[in-house]
Amino acid sequence: MQQFPCPFCGLRDEREFHFAGEAGKPRPDTTQPISDADWAKYLFYCANAKGASHEVWVHTTCQEYFVMTRDTVTMAVLGTHALHEVPA
Amino acid sequence: MSGVRRDKGGLIDRSKPIRFTFDGRACQGFEADTVASALLAAGVRIFARSFKYHRPRGVWGAWSDDPNAVVDIALDGISFPNCQATTTTLTEGMAVRSINAWPSAQRDVKGVLDLAHRFLPAGFYYKMFMWPDWHLFEPMIRKMAGLGTLGQEVSDGFQSAVLHEHCEVLVIGAGPAGLTAAREAAQTGKSVLLVDDQAELGGSAYRIAGQAGWQAPDWVAEQLAAIRSHGGRILNRTTAIGVYDHQMLSLVTERGLGTAPVLRKVRADQVILATGAIDRPVTFENNDRPGILSLEAGTEYLNRYGVRPGSRIAILSNRPDATPYATQLSEAGALVTVVDAASAGLKALGRASVRGLIAGKDRFDCDTVLASAGLTPLIHLWRHAGGKLAWDEGRQTFVPSEGPDWMRVIGGASGTFALDAALDEATAAAIKAPVPARAPYAIAPLRPDLSSKGRQWIDFQHDVTVKDVALAHRENMVSVEHLKRYTTLGMAGDQGKTSNIAGLSAMAELKGQSIPDVGTTTFRPPFVPVPLEAYRSTRRDRQMQPLKRLALEPEHRALDAAFGEYGGWLRPAWYGTDTEQVAVRRECQTAREAAAIMDGSALGTIEVVGPDARAFVNFVYYNTMSTLKPGKIRYGFMLAESGLVFDDGVMACVDDTRFIISCSSSHADAVMAHLENWRQDSFDPSRVHIHDTTANWSTVTIAGPKAQTILKALGVLEDMADFPHMSLRFGTFAGEEARVARVSFTGDTSYEVSVRNTVVARLWRKALEVGAQHGGGPVGAEALTVLRAEKGYILVGKDTDGETMPHDLGFAAPRARKSAAFVGDRSLHTAKANEETRKQLVGLSVPDGAPKLPIGAHVVAEEGGTRRSLGYVTTSHDSPTLNRPIALALVEAGQQAMGNPVKIWHLGQSHTATIAPACAFDPEGVRIDA
Repeated sequence: MQQFPCPFCGLRDEREFHFAGEAGKPRPDTTQPISDADWAKYLFYCANAKGASHEVWVHTTCQEYFVMTRDTVTMAVLGTHALHEVPA
Repeated sequence: MSGVRRDKGGLIDRSKPIRFTFDGRACQGFEADTVASALLAAGVRIFARSFKYHRPRGVWGAWSDDPNAVVDIALDGISFPNCQATTTTLTEGMAVRSINAWPSAQRDVKGVLDLAHRFLPAGFYYKMFMWPDWHLFEPMIRKMAGLGTLGQEVSDGFQSAVLHEHCEVLVIGAGPAGLTAAREAAQTGKSVLLVDDQAELGGSAYRIAGQAGWQAPDWVAEQLAAIRSHGGRILNRTTAIGVYDHQMLSLVTERGLGTAPVLRKVRADQVILATGAIDRPVTFENNDRPGILSLEAGTEYLNRYGVRPGSRIAILSNRPDATPYATQLSEAGALVTVVDAASAGLKALGRASVRGLIAGKDRFDCDTVLASAGLTPLIHLWRHAGGKLAWDEGRQTFVPSEGPDWMRVIGGASGTFALDAALDEATAAAIKAPVPARAPYAIAPLRPDLSSKGRQWIDFQHDVTVKDVALAHRENMVSVEHLKRYTTLGMAGDQGKTSNIAGLSAMAELKGQSIPDVGTTTFRPPFVPVPLEAYRSTRRDRQMQPLKRLALEPEHRALDAAFGEYGGWLRPAWYGTDTEQVAVRRECQTAREAAAIMDGSALGTIEVVGPDARAFVNFVYYNTMSTLKPGKIRYGFMLAESGLVFDDGVMACVDDTRFIISCSSSHADAVMAHLENWRQDSFDPSRVHIHDTTANWSTVTIAGPKAQTILKALGVLEDMADFPHMSLRFGTFAGEEARVARVSFTGDTSYEVSVRNTVVARLWRKALEVGAQHGGGPVGAEALTVLRAEKGYILVGKDTDGETMPHDLGFAAPRARKSAAFVGDRSLHTAKANEETRKQLVGLSVPDGAPKLPIGAHVVAEEGGTRRSLGYVTTSHDSPTLNRPIALALVEAGQQAMGNPVKIWHLGQSHTATIAPACAFDPEGVRIDA
């Protein structure tokens, strides 16, 4: 059972969180032409990094989305920050 | 001759006899006995029959490493299958039955299977799957498979509690090393939790031999007192079953047969593993005969339970420290011979019980063999935590190497078998000092004799022999993971505790490799079998998924409502004491002829507020919402980014900065999460806010030809003029704000009146009272699903599937024309989205007099003698309004097939139907304004 630090609420049990996708995938401007390949890349493709992985999670009890960096090998949490905050 | 209870010694209480039965025979043990120790003392030799060949099996171990003594136990009318006799505390009145044996373990009819072993080789199933046919053997195999027999009784109150704990130092195992580590750690002032799986703590302390002046019970008591006096906590009968992410361990506290265990989830800053080591069996011909026990088990029965395992004992071992054990057993009155386990041509004599041992040319007559091919550290938890193993040539086993810095392994579990060295290690671990050096330890390597004609057992519980491993090797199943699955080695309830190294050793010999080159399989929790209840615990029934309750529930109960669960809500299904069919028909008629009074409170109600609210709703809806005027309502879809229909419902515009979304009642939480996602990802979250107000409001829906009259009489709105369909008005009821939305899910004039929960009961009663004057009445959820189906209104998730896009439902305009970005937009223009063979929503009508179609029935095309599914029925009802069956279906290119006859196929039966518009009732929609 993992424990994740919500940037707003502090350390909480993993059951309070949902995974919401990999970080760093901005939504393309869909009012402009987008190729099928680019759209598929945005929709389906994940880096699925071995090691440090940047992910968006939501703390379901406060409903805030945030960015968490986790080591996918050791499961260690390397850091979290609010969604629109640029980490120092 | 077999086991004998001694007059003295052990931790049992001879003043407290306990009566029980074994295969119907009356037996007696004492307080603090396990089932196995009591059976051994009662002279029982055959505890069970083996899984595959029904070989007679005695007990091998004295604790959780025993693979053989698996029994079914009935206690107080409840039977518990597959109990480990060695770890189950003996209780008055237990009826113990051996497994895999009929009529008893002593005389088992299927024992003849043992003669047929050549027909049940390793990989048998896999081969039968390929050729000739698994089904020839399946009934027989299924009957034979499994161990104990599951009872039919329900054990009420068998419920585990879950506790969450924290400590600075968790010490697992209360043998000499664990006790020392816990004591030392407690003395430094740390919060210490010491756990041990036995009832009496001390671990191997009682069987330590040849240590001058060692008085185990006194020493153990001193350590426990010291730990307690420094504030340390001690849990007995508690097994650490697994290590999970972020330093969490699961501890299971056993509370006796018939009582569910307590599960503790512990997070510890530091974990010290002192789980000890177990004997490996010696691999030789007929090494599974009853009366062959592990050396540690033989002395454990003697010292802990006062049971001498036999009278003429051969110790078959390669351990350098076997002599003191021989001395202990001699002092207890046994005639003891020590035989070198490295002897060639080893063979056990006897069938139902061992009668002798042949080692080369020598023959030793004995009634008991205590065997050990060396000690195997119990490093399961170390591996769970990600710790690595290294092969130790001297010890001929794997020992812990690198691992997490918060876990230390000490004593037997780290391969330190000498007492003094183990205690030094324990002290060092407690104060985080470096690991002290230890004296070398070397035993002779033992490899199975591949030339032996007889059967040499490796996995006792799953009946795997050296020949099975050789077969796997011959058929190229040489990786340890393949070997395991092909032969089922290590896959029984004991998970290979005793068979792992023996199996690796056999494969190493076959491949001409070293054991570390062969590798080892993965260790996974739980360390011992655990009742599933410990995993379920509080995640059960309504504790797992609490029901959502309506504020009006007492009102519905007063009307004799039949309740049902709809998407997590407990809602009235229909009213009155009639059968469902009669009640639903009556309620549908009420709705169509006068007015339905319904509880619409379960509908999800989400408010979107803020300066960017309008832009936000336009983005999250498929439909254009930017043009929705204050006081107006629009129906729309929310899509997932994949273009699939995620939810549908109406949205009302209160003003430019406030919108009220209605979503499916079962879907409100998911819609809320979906909206929050987009709000925080793509908008300035300080300029638009979302709030789920479902629980704050209750809604009374009035629908039918008399709805307008009834609403007028309620006095909620002062002025009913200029209140067209799809608009919103505010009024008051009982002095409180009331919101009236004119929307319809039945096709008739309909109003949803929403008020605070505090006044809704008054509104409901008044609506019923007024309604009754006009022929209206309460209508439940079942009739509502019929009414909406008559109109072809969909339920997302029922009438849509994982491929449905809005244009499949006949809503194609925004896809073609909406210019602003919206969620899912680009996905609506892929090749897949444009396919002409997409499944589309249609209605189905059946021939006159035909019954309604089954839901899930396939619409099929018959081409060249084969059937191909074109889609399936999603909704089907007998329509009381139309007096005929109606159905909705998703059918390939269904919109182009209007009026075409189609074949329906369901569970081998053929039906016919005609593709029709989804809306079967009032297609012109005149009733909406009637």
